[in-house]
Amino acid sequence: MPGYTSWGRILRPRHTLRPPRWRHEPLPDCGDLSRLPWGRGRSYGDCCLNDGGALLPTTALDHFIAFDAEQGILRAESGVTLDAILRLIVPHGWFLPVTPGTRFATLGGAIANDVHGKNHHADGTFGGHVTRLELLRSDGRRMECSPRENADWFAATLGGLGLTGLITWAEIRLRRIASSEMEQQQIRFPSLDEYLAIAAESDAEWTYTVAWVDCLAKGTKLGRGVLFRGRHAESGPLAMPRAAGRLGVPVDLPFSLVNSASLRLFNALYYRRHPTRTRSRRMPFLPFFYPLDNLADWNRLYGRAGFYQFKCVIPEGQEPAMHEILERIAGSGQGSMLAVLKRFGDRPSPAMLSFPRPGLTLALDFANRGEATRRLLGELEAVTIQAGGTLYPAKDALMRPETFQQGYPRWQTFAAFRDPAFSSSLWRRVTGENA
Amino acid sequence: MSRNVLIIGATSAIAGATARRCARRGDRLFLAGRDAARLGILADDLRVLGAQEVTTHVCDLADDTAHAGLVDAARERLGRIDLSLIAHGILGDQRAEEGDFELARRNFEINALSPISLLTRLVPVYREQGQGTLAAISSVAGDRGRQSNYVYGAAKGALSLYLQGLRNRLHPEGIHVLTIKPGFVDTPMTRDFPKGPLWVGPDVIARGILRAVDRRRDVVYLPWFWRPIMAIIKAIPESLFKRMKL
Repeated sequence: MPGYTSWGRILRPRHTLRPPRWRHEPLPDCGDLSRLPWGRGRSYGDCCLNDGGALLPTTALDHFIAFDAEQGILRAESGVTLDAILRLIVPHGWFLPVTPGTRFATLGGAIANDVHGKNHHADGTFGGHVTRLELLRSDGRRMECSPRENADWFAATLGGLGLTGLITWAEIRLRRIASSEMEQQQIRFPSLDEYLAIAAESDAEWTYTVAWVDCLAKGTKLGRGVLFRGRHAESGPLAMPRAAGRLGVPVDLPFSLVNSASLRLFNALYYRRHPTRTRSRRMPFLPFFYPLDNLADWNRLYGRAGFYQFKCVIPEGQEPAMHEILERIAGSGQGSMLAVLKRFGDRPSPAMLSFPRPGLTLALDFANRGEATRRLLGELEAVTIQAGGTLYPAKDALMRPETFQQGYPRWQTFAAFRDPAFSSSLWRRVTGENA
Repeated sequence: MSRNVLIIGATSAIAGATARRCARRGDRLFLAGRDAARLGILADDLRVLGAQEVTTHVCDLADDTAHAGLVDAARERLGRIDLSLIAHGILGDQRAEEGDFELARRNFEINALSPISLLTRLVPVYREQGQGTLAAISSVAGDRGRQSNYVYGAAKGALSLYLQGLRNRLHPEGIHVLTIKPGFVDTPMTRDFPKGPLWVGPDVIARGILRAVDRRRDVVYLPWFWRPIMAIIKAIPESLFKRMKL
């Protein structure tokens, strides 16, 4: 049984568990404790943790409410996972409008973190496809929120990190698909500058683009990698593929399997495995969107000490800062196989606090080696701030209050919409509040 | 092939998970439970998941005078009943029940007498059909009396014995009687228990129930490893067992 922690497994919070059972019932009594909804613990740092307070796991709020298979409108409780949604909608020719890199996140979590996917340049964030939701506040009030009704509450709840109250249910608009298969192309690029050119060209014609970058390559090879671009196939089967028998990592390893030797070997082989010219193929959507989901509990590979993820956005025009970040990572020898680069588009999110903004985003895991890792992450954070960028709360466990407050300039406006009885470890860390 | 399924105590976690598996294969469902709002939430979910038809019936299952009406309504709606799952129950508070017979009686009424009353009403329907499955959720706790939960265990044990006899009675008529013995299941009923590696989620139990129905098993331990565990526990001599703290 997984504990109530976050994906990075760095923190060992103490929680009082108060799971809501049914969406029409009042919030569980938590006494004087602050509360925080918890979906499936797929965010990495402390935005889904509430150390010393109450956690409201939404595992039981997993009912569908209505599905209009003609119009592609789905209404479901907030604890429903994206996986459950896909199983339902794909055979009917619909798909999630936006999906993060795991399908085991919940609908409520996708809203609360205003998640994005490989189609950000085309379709923006998840919040832009939410049509309506219900918020249950600690004073017992229920509010239906939409872009028209309680619009400010709606904007605060999208990307609101679970702090505006419990999202009991939400309604989203789905994407039409003709097939559950994907057309994919892979293009190797030898440097960051080449990436920028290929990404710009790809974003114009492809729904989904994302790149793997070799975080250890230095000098002239700095920023080399492989770009993946894809779109839903225009014909073919419509079925939820059976997930290949899920392998799992059954135990915490006493040490991290991800170290500089394994990393260097993997990255070099992986880069060379991809031919220099463009390669096209057709594939089911599961490995296209969720390559990691087939290895259950892969976070355990990082050992008992857990791992950090660094995920920044560097605004357009500040590309030299991305060079510097990659240089520092390569110089440190830390990092992981999973370094992901993506160009965000300029479609604004309706959310008050939203991470994506036009520019380049880099996501990279770091096995927790204590002070050395935190020092490197502090340096990368400083470069990010200098360039006017910011970090992603859903992935973060370390950013300083100034980073959050500068990166999310509407945070004080947002604070007025926070439920006074709701809080999180992240919120206390980045605002300095004790509540 | 879609089936006609009656689920009694439908808003319990195991019953809900079983109902969802039935809905996904397009079954016709008849759900009985006490709370109309909860049944409504479950029914909407099952319709979205693909149930051909969902009917809800609100009644207090602890009240056996409501049972005839429930069985009649289900029969009228479903016609043939392919599967009845009796899933309601309470854990009770062993310590309190030891000192208060009214509480112990209530545990027996809900965990033993209420299912027996429902079975009594259902058996004539099944006899007339000459086919189908009668399934009830008992517990591994009914296999041996232990100091930590013998009131609950005795009630579940009574139900297990009743089902055993009923199976023997109905076997010649081609009617399948299934005794379900889950071990530790992570549900709201067991929310406050510390969870170890033997715990599973309700959907694991649901899958096991439907597989046991399809394979016409007599007694199913869920997950399977409870069968050898309980075999060992049952084999411990009483002279030794009475000294143990289980």
